[in-house]
Amino acid sequence: MAQPFRLPRGGRVDRTRPISFTFNGRTIEGFQGDSVASALLANGVHLVGRSFKYHRPRGILSHGSDEPSALLSVDRGRGRIDPNNRASVVEARAGLKTQSQNHWPSLEFDVGAVNDLLSPVFVAGFYYKTFMWPRKFWDKVYEPIIRGAAGLGKAPVEADPDRYANRHAHCDVLVVGAGPTGLAAALAAAKTGARVILADEGPEPGGSLLHDVTSEIDGRPAAAWLAATLADLDARENVILLPRTTVFGYYNHNHVALTERVTDHLPGATGTAPRERLWQVRAEQVVLAGGSHERPLVFADNDRPGILLAESVRVFINRYGVAPGRRIVFATNGASAYTCAHDAKAAGLDVTLVDFRTESECGPELGRLRAAGVEVLTGHTVVGSKGRKRVTGLLVAPVGSDGRCGGRRLLPCDCVGMSGGWTPAVHLFSQSRGKLAYDAARDAFLPSVSAQAERSAGAANGAYDLAACLAEGYAAGAAAAASEDRRSFTATPTATGFKPVRIMPTDADPTKQRAFVDFQNDVTAKDIKLAVREGFQSIEHVKRYTTTGMATDQGKTSNMNALGIVAGQLDKSLPGVGTTTFRPPYTPVTFGALVGPARHALFDPIRTTPIHEWAERQGAKFENVALWRRAWYFPRGSEDLHAAVARECKAVREGVGIFDASTLGKIEVVGPDAAEFMNRLYVNPWLKLEPGRCRYGLMLKEDGYILDDGVVARVSQDCFHVTTTTGGAARVLGHMEDYLQTEWPELEVFLTSTTEQWSVIALQGPKARAVIAPLVDGIDLSPEAFPHMAMRTGTICGVPTRLFRVSFTGELGFEINVPSDQAAAVWEAIFAEGQPHGITPYGTETMHVLRAEKGYIIVGQETDGTVTPDDVGLAGMIAKAKKDFVGKRSLARPDVVATGRKQLVGLVTADPKLVLDEGAQIVSDTNQPIPMRMLGHVTSSYWSPNCGRSIAMALVADGRLLMGNTLHVTTPEGFTTVTVVDPVFFDPKGERINA
Amino acid sequence: MLLIDCPYCGKRPETEFRCGGQAHIARPTDPSALSDADWSEHLFVRANPRGVHAERWNHIHGCGRWFNALRDTVSDRFIETYPVGSEPTTGSHPSQGTEPTRSTQTETRA
Repeated sequence: MAQPFRLPRGGRVDRTRPISFTFNGRTIEGFQGDSVASALLANGVHLVGRSFKYHRPRGILSHGSDEPSALLSVDRGRGRIDPNNRASVVEARAGLKTQSQNHWPSLEFDVGAVNDLLSPVFVAGFYYKTFMWPRKFWDKVYEPIIRGAAGLGKAPVEADPDRYANRHAHCDVLVVGAGPTGLAAALAAAKTGARVILADEGPEPGGSLLHDVTSEIDGRPAAAWLAATLADLDARENVILLPRTTVFGYYNHNHVALTERVTDHLPGATGTAPRERLWQVRAEQVVLAGGSHERPLVFADNDRPGILLAESVRVFINRYGVAPGRRIVFATNGASAYTCAHDAKAAGLDVTLVDFRTESECGPELGRLRAAGVEVLTGHTVVGSKGRKRVTGLLVAPVGSDGRCGGRRLLPCDCVGMSGGWTPAVHLFSQSRGKLAYDAARDAFLPSVSAQAERSAGAANGAYDLAACLAEGYAAGAAAAASEDRRSFTATPTATGFKPVRIMPTDADPTKQRAFVDFQNDVTAKDIKLAVREGFQSIEHVKRYTTTGMATDQGKTSNMNALGIVAGQLDKSLPGVGTTTFRPPYTPVTFGALVGPARHALFDPIRTTPIHEWAERQGAKFENVALWRRAWYFPRGSEDLHAAVARECKAVREGVGIFDASTLGKIEVVGPDAAEFMNRLYVNPWLKLEPGRCRYGLMLKEDGYILDDGVVARVSQDCFHVTTTTGGAARVLGHMEDYLQTEWPELEVFLTSTTEQWSVIALQGPKARAVIAPLVDGIDLSPEAFPHMAMRTGTICGVPTRLFRVSFTGELGFEINVPSDQAAAVWEAIFAEGQPHGITPYGTETMHVLRAEKGYIIVGQETDGTVTPDDVGLAGMIAKAKKDFVGKRSLARPDVVATGRKQLVGLVTADPKLVLDEGAQIVSDTNQPIPMRMLGHVTSSYWSPNCGRSIAMALVADGRLLMGNTLHVTTPEGFTTVTVVDPVFFDPKGERINA
Repeated sequence: MLLIDCPYCGKRPETEFRCGGQAHIARPTDPSALSDADWSEHLFVRANPRGVHAERWNHIHGCGRWFNALRDTVSDRFIETYPVGSEPTTGSHPSQGTEPTRSTQTETRA
């Protein structure tokens, strides 16, 4: 018979819409509205996994997001495999393939279960104690084995094909949890007109009302009140109701993160809808109504499949119409399980209830249940369970006030519903940095002092009675919306209250009992006791040593029991032990939701210049420079990098080369005080620079170290065209803005980034002038009228240009600034014009070699944030007459004027063919004892086609005093000898630049 | 994520801003007149208070303006934001940090 444990009636599932999916290859039938857990139980499947450490058979413990055991791998199709899904929260739908985890070769027969027999070995701290020696085994032997054995699910191997969305929202009141408390809160807040967001992790709002078939609210059945309230909220424009949305993180300033599962529950293609949506909500006020979690009872073998939380048994019966067993024993220390027993009995199941409390400690629930014909054993403890892959009986015994047990009795059963009391879900409150306080009457930590604009209500605040929850929720929602509105509700009284018990008393030897506290991590009561005996007193330490409260469920069911056991061992009060800190996320969040659309180019954008497509057509190879993609070299035929660069280098020095310098940062500095501003920021003098002239500018930070460099042209009296390094553009503009806004607000200067407005075509080489001469109008290009370091405005190919006569190669050169939207056309015109002259496009690699041949520095390569102008031989740039500029005072600091600073020098290798490694260390004497004194390092190193040998630049301590000396540089093969030389390797007199 | 009240744009998320460290440290008008010790103090020494701290912030991915803020380093609460060149209207002298607000961190240690 299909679904043999489906009850004949009841539940919110849609019996007219059957669905089927698979579990370990077996077809599972269920109905629309089932969770995977409820469908499995309807089919009589209780064994769904193997435990983490001992590989013990495990079943379904809970009906909600606190489930520690029933973790499945869920396969929604190619690339859509997720491990560690809680069966209780995955909605059953057609086409799902689910698999149990952590076993080999099969769930039914698992070799790893041998760990269970060896359990005396696997005590708390087993790894720390066992894998200590030999030390050399740590990395190569122990870690790979441990890592191989660890973990539950398997990570997916294919790229995630799904789309994930991201949404920011603001609201007046965010209500977390749509149970009775949250619904009342949302209603009260919405009535004021406030913008309300109500989020609930379940597929259907309602919380406990979804499985409460006996209570009435304001004279109506709970389900009817729920439907009416949802209809009311739904009709309000100011309410956003988000089902399937988990509030997982509570951050600063009421920044709350939610993850909405949009399509996982839908079969078939879902079009363009995202799989999940990450909401980042900024809420004026937050109402936390996340409810509470039921605690398991800690007794021997309390982890057998078929042993559930009592309330979860009630949920499966009432909400899903599923009997988790036909013969159910409820074991409890409180009142709420009596309601579960009532409902189970009403569903026609065989029910017995065992209560740890004495007759006199019980409330009216006892008499009512007995009147319904259920056998109730009060003053009884649970000492064990029978069965292996499914519980077959519960061993109970009467227990006296001294803790001594009477004769055992076996209660045969196929399901146990246990209840050890309730723990308010204070996770989000704790994340918000609110302060918890222990409440002895409710044996729970409750929200006490708020750190942010939030309030807790209902079970999350320790209120368990339905009418109280509704009133408290309503008051919280109204208060959050700054309203005085309050109201009371009439509702069926809720059976509440429990007598805390950390470990059920037993007649057996407790050191031989496996009574689980944390089901997911296989942490038993004796593990925690052992940790305390070994000296761990802080709960934070016990947690890490035993792993209790860790992993995907973060101890939702186990924390209070663990805490109580530690407190008992230390003979301290619970607040004396304290509680561990709750951290986001509340439940596991997919990486996809966090990443959202920030993948590929949206994560790592690529900037290209207007010349990029032309370079692509020419077959250029590209390199990444900051976010830019720049042409690296232009291979011809089968040329490799070295062949292409050698050809390009020669071409520039012997003819003419064309280079895309558009990525240079550009800043327009404009205003009556522009020159004064430049004067204060750069080391150079600017006041007397004539319009139409350029200067190489050097900029320091206040600590005296080089920040950036670049050619600056004075366009007019009150306008400077500043260039920066490619990577430094934003940094330099920020530096300028900082000083302008905060130090010298009296200066009338305006700064504008023009990096993307101007494209720069660099034309370098002896034939450069000849190439552009026919294309330029309005500018006298003769050397006398247009000398090196001049700037003229005119047109090229009819396009307005700022034409710079500058050089980063040491050759005659021009940098042609043209508006970016016309740059590609100008480039192609110049390239065509240059054909008779053998014009050669070159890339960044050749640019680097050519500048190194001339000893020109690159900021960030020759400098590293600790280099002064004098260190790189540029002290001559500093305006001696200026009283002050940013960084000037620091150039007189004792450590800056001291000897022994690293200075820029050239290095030539004894073997002219050997190209040194950039970054290689330099020493003076290879025979000195280790550790050697390192004098500095190689900053740039290339094969120079124009010098016919390798060249290198280096920063060497007192380097300028070492000219002509022999030093030693590390190579992968050992030391090699080099001679210290001037860093200008080509055309040392600098004649070519003035051609 | 902090919510920061830019004096020019209003409340915006922290990711739009960059913090520029301690505020109200004026650049000396004549640095050359400072001794090495005084210059080093100006350059490198900053307050690190537990409590109210005056900080420079830049709305770098917004209006680009610099402004100052009083922030409680314990609770992360912004007490006030105000333009560069002005003094805060609340509290004692900033950056002393002598009056930390009560810690809101849940004490978890036994």
